[in-house]
Amino acid sequence: MERTIASISTNHLGSHAINIVRISGENAIEIVSQIFSNKKFKTAPSHTIHYGFIKDNEEIIDEVLVMLMRAPKTYTKEDMVEINCHGGYQTTTKILELLLQHGASLAEPGEFTKNAFLNGRINLMEAESVSDLLNAQTEMQSKMALNGLTGKTTELISSLREKMVSLLSNIEVNIDYPEYTDELQITKENITPILSEINETLTKIIDESKNGKLIKNGIKIAIVGKPNVGKSSLLNALLEEEKAIVTDVSGTTRDIVEGSIVYNGVVFNFLDTAGIRTSSDIVEQIGIEKSKKVMEESDITVVVLNQNESLEKEDLEILSKVKEGLIFLNKIDLEKKIGNIPSKLPIIEGSIKNKIGIEELKENIIKQLGLKDIGTKDLTYLSNERQISLALQAKKSIEHVIKENEKDIPIDMLAIDIKSAWENLGKMIGEYYEDELIDNIFSKFCLGK
Amino acid sequence: MDYEVIVVGGGHAGIEASHIAAFKGHKTLLITGNIKNIGDMPCNPSIGGSSKGIIVREIDALGGLMGRIADISHFQIKMLNNSKGPAVRSLRAQADKITYPKNMLKELQNTKNLTIKEGMVEDLIIEDETVKGVILENGDKITAEKVILTTGTYLKSNVLIGNTSTESGPHGERRSNKLSDNLKKYGFTIQRLKTGTPVRIKASSIDFSKMHEEVGDDTYWTFSCDNGPSYDIKNQQKCYLIYTNPKTHKIILDNLNRSAMYSGLVTGIGPRYCPSIEDKLVRFKDKERHQLFLEPESMYYDDWYLQGFSTSMPKDIQEQMVRSLEGLEHAEITKYAYAIEYDAINPLQITPSLETKVIHGLYTAGQINGTSGYEEAAGQGLIAGINASLSLENKSPLILKRNDAYIGVLIDDLVTKGTQEPYRMLTSRAEFRLILRHDNADLRLREIAHTCGSITEKQYENYLNRKRKIEECEEFLKNTKLKITEEVKKKFKETGILVPNITESFYDLLKRPEIDMEFLSQFTEIPFEFDIKEELEIQIKYEGYIQKTYKEVEKMKKLEEKQIPKDIDYQKIKNLASEARQKLEKVRPISIGQATRISGVNPSDIAILSIYLKKEYNHE
Repeated sequence: MERTIASISTNHLGSHAINIVRISGENAIEIVSQIFSNKKFKTAPSHTIHYGFIKDNEEIIDEVLVMLMRAPKTYTKEDMVEINCHGGYQTTTKILELLLQHGASLAEPGEFTKNAFLNGRINLMEAESVSDLLNAQTEMQSKMALNGLTGKTTELISSLREKMVSLLSNIEVNIDYPEYTDELQITKENITPILSEINETLTKIIDESKNGKLIKNGIKIAIVGKPNVGKSSLLNALLEEEKAIVTDVSGTTRDIVEGSIVYNGVVFNFLDTAGIRTSSDIVEQIGIEKSKKVMEESDITVVVLNQNESLEKEDLEILSKVKEGLIFLNKIDLEKKIGNIPSKLPIIEGSIKNKIGIEELKENIIKQLGLKDIGTKDLTYLSNERQISLALQAKKSIEHVIKENEKDIPIDMLAIDIKSAWENLGKMIGEYYEDELIDNIFSKFCLGK
Repeated sequence: MDYEVIVVGGGHAGIEASHIAAFKGHKTLLITGNIKNIGDMPCNPSIGGSSKGIIVREIDALGGLMGRIADISHFQIKMLNNSKGPAVRSLRAQADKITYPKNMLKELQNTKNLTIKEGMVEDLIIEDETVKGVILENGDKITAEKVILTTGTYLKSNVLIGNTSTESGPHGERRSNKLSDNLKKYGFTIQRLKTGTPVRIKASSIDFSKMHEEVGDDTYWTFSCDNGPSYDIKNQQKCYLIYTNPKTHKIILDNLNRSAMYSGLVTGIGPRYCPSIEDKLVRFKDKERHQLFLEPESMYYDDWYLQGFSTSMPKDIQEQMVRSLEGLEHAEITKYAYAIEYDAINPLQITPSLETKVIHGLYTAGQINGTSGYEEAAGQGLIAGINASLSLENKSPLILKRNDAYIGVLIDDLVTKGTQEPYRMLTSRAEFRLILRHDNADLRLREIAHTCGSITEKQYENYLNRKRKIEECEEFLKNTKLKITEEVKKKFKETGILVPNITESFYDLLKRPEIDMEFLSQFTEIPFEFDIKEELEIQIKYEGYIQKTYKEVEKMKKLEEKQIPKDIDYQKIKNLASEARQKLEKVRPISIGQATRISGVNPSDIAILSIYLKKEYNHE
């Protein structure tokens, strides 16, 4: 039997004036009508709004507006009802409980979207984008998800596929109609330029998508340094200044995030470095080992050094381990004793106590990761792992063709990898179908008896 | 029962079906409208072509006749796509339209257990949804356990020239008036298809001096892997290439309204790959010229076939069109181009064994199933004949998979996707074409044929011999090392090939794209025949690509192995999209793999179907 599912659609219960409880499935309308005072509701036409009360037997729970949407023109393509409730946390959960009592099942995370996908309402890429959108924390994240949804990414990939299919159908026509030499003959010489151009665009999309991933998941930042150099105060300064949104940021990482801020539309997640919150000697001693591990997991490392002290072995050890990162040189208000710093990392001078250099540090983190102009850019990125992995596979195939083409490999072999790249891009946007190539051959070429 | 098998129709499908059933020891009757037309080639005078040549090799490997007879009935043969790679090479022969049918008839007349009879079949004898025989137009009943329909373009066919439509089969033969209506009555969905054929021109009226010659290969080729070549390589007949010109285009465009295609007379769906010349001009306005090929039809009469010039214009316009072409200014048309419309069944109503879903014991093959082409018809005829026989022998049917043969691709496409237009094979339809090559048809299929009993012991031995020689040659190549002497270095440098650093075996050297058997032969002779060396060279040189294809095959096989129970009720599967449900009901795929290839069945439907099977049938 199919499930009729229900859940509270709005996040952060309590903070909204209105909360929405959503129910979808074969029995959605029946279940709601059992707890809704408006008797016309059950037989009303689709896509209408109804006023009334949600009742638990005779007890009025809330005054609500109820949206009725009948299948198939709904998000899930099933019957759907949305209850706009006006009470806070208590009443909203009470309404959900009532729905569950009357036969609905609690929706699993993403189940509405999953049903929309399974019922053919949206394609895979859209399904992925919707869930990205629902989980978006920052404006930039929503922009990215929206782009996926409106098909901007799809358009870009589509245009690449168009170039590839026109190359492929030309190759196929040459093979299937060898006597028609008037048609453009695809040879070794004209394959590489076409594919190189496609590869360039694809590479760009993939590179930008890495930024996309940073935007989506947030940047993981490790603050490291030897004991008492000012790590905790730096973290506090960064967090307090932005009135940090301290959340559990589920799913981004298995590490514990000490706190997060949003800066220029990008989420900064500060990772817990052992000892950063405590001055206990024992913990500090194991600090360096732990720091190394955190540094490996982070996208960027901030090494905190004290200008007022000379460099010690520990400092040098940390510096040698940093790949992507920058140095925050603290306590510039005090005498300079540090000497020459043997590192190519950019140095931000500052004083946490006097709130100097904090802003500059944040700016440089963005700059160093190449995210500087991102707020104004059109965000046509692939925003999830599946898409990126398909794009990488396609890129690998194309590069293989270019390499093999230099070695006089015949065209029927090359066609195998060109086709595979084209199919993978198709899978990415859910556009691929079996006879696509053959249809294209016949629409573009003129042959036969 | 009068016979075990009755085959209705003596075209390329009917020939293979009746021959193989009789060969397998079943008392068989072939009924045809006109014995003289057995093996007739009403359209192009050629057998093979891109991908089709591979089908002919497969037919040969499975014990069919087409390859063998074509080998002794052609006047030119060549290998297509030599430069484009081993996966797409394919033979094409200019077959003689007199010799081929003559040789074919002789072969059939010499086939034991086979009777040939003239007659028109108008109805079937059916009891309990099972076929029991046929009824001729004179009311005679002939009974049989299995009936194979290979009726070609003869079902209610209309021949169209300009604005005249005549109830007729190809070249004036009688059409079958009632059979398709009766099939409809039994529950078949009938569709109307269209194909066409160009003008024929009298040889003596052609000025060949202005035309570009197309010649045969200077290496010997045969379709059959059992017999050597029997033709005179020096005496192959030439074909010619010419082009349309602005004058031709003007005549056609000025008279479009007189074409049957554009006047609304034609209701059948014509193939996209076989457009009339007026279609080509309308659809591709910017093309300045179109290629046309002049091919002789026979050495025994004068007609030349003008490939690329199909039309349904009236006769007077056809004359103007032809005479606007260079070298054809004084051309005399011996046969006008015509379009032909005919009834076919919807191939979704047949199973992969080619038995129909509607009537047990009834098989269909060739154009009645919506295909086009002699080779496609013959391939299906052979499978229908083998399967009707296997069924008589209480054995399970031969179902070739997409990775076994082009014939497998052809039948799977037909019964899975159906067809809106006459279906022509293309190499691009075969996703595993790298392993479906012309050179390995026997390696792919002879073992299967032997199991089915469709080849002689001698034919099986030929295959075993070749297989053994390939193994020996492989050993030889592995054991033969090339020492890098000064002499050897010089030869490498002369040819512009990078000199190897160390002593390597021939086998390893062949992995390099620029080194072939011929080059290595100058150091040590490789004492094997050409086809053995060709086979190994492909296997060695493209091993990486071949392995990649096998990996894809494995992926497909996993899906093919997920069988769908015959009694599945698609109504019970809740979340299926209604289009998918409809298609699944109609096709009734035998596996998840086949289901994925149905158009309109989306990945999400497949997911839902798989989940259902897992729940209901404990499907893995």
